[in-house]
Amino acid sequence: MLIPHPLLGLRDAQEFTYLGDAALLNRPDPAAGEAAFADYVYLRDNPASVHRELWFHEQGDRSWLVVTRNTLTHEILGAELARDVKLGGTA
Amino acid sequence: MGFSGFRVIKEALTGHRGWGPLWRDPAPRAQYDIVIVGGGGHGLATAYFLAKLYGRHRVAVLEKGWLGGGNIGRNTTIIRSNYLLPGNQPFYELSMQHWERQEQDLNFNSMVSQRGIINLIHSDAQRDSFRRRGNSMMLTGAGARLLDRDALRQMVPFLNYDNARFPIKGGLMQTRAGTARHDGVAWGYARAADRMGVDIIQNCEVTGFRIEGGQVRGVETSRGYIGAGKVGVAVAGSSGRVMAMAGLRLPIESHVLQAFVTEGLKPVIPGVITFGAGHFYISQSDKGGLVFGGDIDGYNSYAQRGNLPVVEDVAEGGMALMPMIGRARLLRSWGGLMDMSMDGSPIIDRTPVEGLYFNGGWCYGGFKATPASGHVFAHLLATDTPHDTATAFRLDRFARGHLIDERGAGAQPNLH
Repeated sequence: MLIPHPLLGLRDAQEFTYLGDAALLNRPDPAAGEAAFADYVYLRDNPASVHRELWFHEQGDRSWLVVTRNTLTHEILGAELARDVKLGGTA
Repeated sequence: MGFSGFRVIKEALTGHRGWGPLWRDPAPRAQYDIVIVGGGGHGLATAYFLAKLYGRHRVAVLEKGWLGGGNIGRNTTIIRSNYLLPGNQPFYELSMQHWERQEQDLNFNSMVSQRGIINLIHSDAQRDSFRRRGNSMMLTGAGARLLDRDALRQMVPFLNYDNARFPIKGGLMQTRAGTARHDGVAWGYARAADRMGVDIIQNCEVTGFRIEGGQVRGVETSRGYIGAGKVGVAVAGSSGRVMAMAGLRLPIESHVLQAFVTEGLKPVIPGVITFGAGHFYISQSDKGGLVFGGDIDGYNSYAQRGNLPVVEDVAEGGMALMPMIGRARLLRSWGGLMDMSMDGSPIIDRTPVEGLYFNGGWCYGGFKATPASGHVFAHLLATDTPHDTATAFRLDRFARGHLIDERGAGAQPNLH
């Protein structure tokens, strides 16, 4: 798989480390309680279709990306810097 | 009609005209007591044990595709009970005991072959850890043998004992472990369940659950609505997408795991060898092919195929362990879907929906568990209480903090 890095262009997925669902960017408020954190840490949507997910460019510029990928075909539909997603509040 | 040596000879002498289909192809009835979603090993075993041990015969198994076409036909056929934790080991030992008498129970040749499994040791610390595991195995009667380097070398002389990074210092062996023919397992359970009245309905995809007032009433399928007193879901690999139809989110991610087989070779590998440090394990099939695999690809996938980096990684692991493998030609590689749970252990439990039961999260250990999984899931469906060996496999254990973290890798599905 080639990941279209917003700054570096197409990069081999081998350079990246995978974390999981981009919903992990939305950490609950510390006061949200144990149930909210159990959901955050353990539960996943796990869709069989388009999936937004976090990849870390560990062997590259060490940026976190939000990659949009189809889990049925492995087709990569886009990638953006996680920082932009987080600050833009759209994740 | 049963299988026997006498019958094989009789059929051979009469032109093999007496063999018939092994199970019926019934149309779905309007209502069942229990509907099992998923006609893989676990679903079929569940139906078999429901009928055999719990007297439930108004049971249907619904299979989206054809019987045995999912993970039951995609694994590397290894059976073992070499676990450590009290929540796991008695369950897998129950499975091992079922394997040992399965062919007699089912009157079907599933080619269970107890050739042993060896987990390789590379350091003193690992030897200590494996000795502890071996003790845990002996407590449940699974048996274990700690091999030193010389004993191992006699058994498997072809390994690279002097690898600079992972020199081989010995191994932990379970002699009762081995392999079984995975298709034969599915067929054997299907035939035995069918003979006790279970309807096995293929090409019947569940497209939704009918839930009224928090109680499941039946399932919508591609062959119409089917009413059910209880519904058991055993679709590991696709648990996320199936349970989402009941409105449930699971502590599971679906990942792809690849496996490989070489051309047929003369017997060389006596049992199963696992090289955990190098992410590689290998056995030899009865046909002679070297069957091996390694790690999951590491990203969410429902594609049933993997990518080249892991192929390369597994091949490198093989070359590091047994350089002679470089002379073998790879025949096939394939991928299967894994329910990767957050602690690496399975889930067999009721769900928040009344009458809906869940069996999944097998990571890549589902095949060896097939008989016990069917046994304890049938127990749960029939009695509404967990079987003694499966009390730890709760769906809510994550929120309660009672993880069964066999590998000690924490709450990270792609590390198990």
